[in-house]
Amino acid sequence: MTLPRTPSQTVGPYFAIGLTQRAQNEVVRDGDVRLIGRVTDGNGEPVSDAMVEICQPEGWGRCGTDADGRYSFVTVRPADGRPLDVLVFARGLLRHLGTRIYFPDAGEDEVLRAVPPEARETLFALEEDGAYRFDIRLRGDGETVFFAV
Amino acid sequence: MTEVDPPLDWPDYRSTQTRAPSRPLVVLPYALSELSGPAFGNGDVDAADADLTRQGEGEPLGERIVVTGRVVEDDGRPVRNALVEVWQANAAGRYRHDGDRHPAPLDPHFHGAGRCLTDADGAYRFVTVKPGAYPWGNHENAWRPAHIHFSVFGRMFTQRLVTQMYFPGDPLFEYDPIFQSVRDPQARERLVAQFDLSLTQPEWALGYRWDIVLRSTPFEQ
Repeated sequence: MTLPRTPSQTVGPYFAIGLTQRAQNEVVRDGDVRLIGRVTDGNGEPVSDAMVEICQPEGWGRCGTDADGRYSFVTVRPADGRPLDVLVFARGLLRHLGTRIYFPDAGEDEVLRAVPPEARETLFALEEDGAYRFDIRLRGDGETVFFAV
Repeated sequence: MTEVDPPLDWPDYRSTQTRAPSRPLVVLPYALSELSGPAFGNGDVDAADADLTRQGEGEPLGERIVVTGRVVEDDGRPVRNALVEVWQANAAGRYRHDGDRHPAPLDPHFHGAGRCLTDADGAYRFVTVKPGAYPWGNHENAWRPAHIHFSVFGRMFTQRLVTQMYFPGDPLFEYDPIFQSVRDPQARERLVAQFDLSLTQPEWALGYRWDIVLRSTPFEQ
């Protein structure tokens, strides 16, 4: 038996009242990794109504972007050296996007090898002032690689 | 990913034009489920969070409704103990959100957000008021059909679903590019709740049923 699935619809512009009223951006309580980033659109403008969710073996978290498109998380690096799984939701996305955050010293893996070489760098966080920065460009120059999820 | 879901590139919904990725999604070389840990997001859920009519000082205006259904995987198994979150406009079609400039009244007794966990049968249940339609500026005289936003966590991160539930017979369906972005008419119908007389509570509330089907995790099939 296979039941037909329920389709996705956009999260819309007002999801904050339902999804991000309470702070949930501590993936791991008192984790030693601060992850920051900014979500921008095809014009390079900040996306102020996006939500980023992170999933890793150690926990889950989410964060809505602010007026400047910025988000932040507190977490730890996954124990087994794996990347972080990321979902991105926003007004204008009829279904969510999936991507991954690799830490700067991560080696090549099977997933990276499936990504066009010139686009792989969009999946790597940068070290910046004691934090890791991972900007998400939804469209256009430097467009982040998104996976079929 | 399949024709069930809307395309990312759907210019009739104007915001997609600057936000939908221009490059094709990268297909992963092995089963998605291997990538993802379990879904989280349960947190503290209070039974009272499922009644959106009891979150203000008094009762909100509008048509009181019960919305209930089951969250199941596409093989029919119930998704138990899963977090279901909802948010919606009030009966006048206004969200309690700073960005909503629709000149319809806010209701001091309606916040418009709720959450609950599914039970052993995968069932969820909310009490709320029927949301109003509202204009949204996407194109000339654009109105969203009445809808309730749903966010659902399955057992796996790959089952994550954010969608919208609509009400049967809405005359705005044919004009709404978000509803119409689902290209398969049968799939569109699955976004529409069914009025169910057996769910109504006499002298108190009307009832709607809406089931949610998530994809199964591939490696367990």
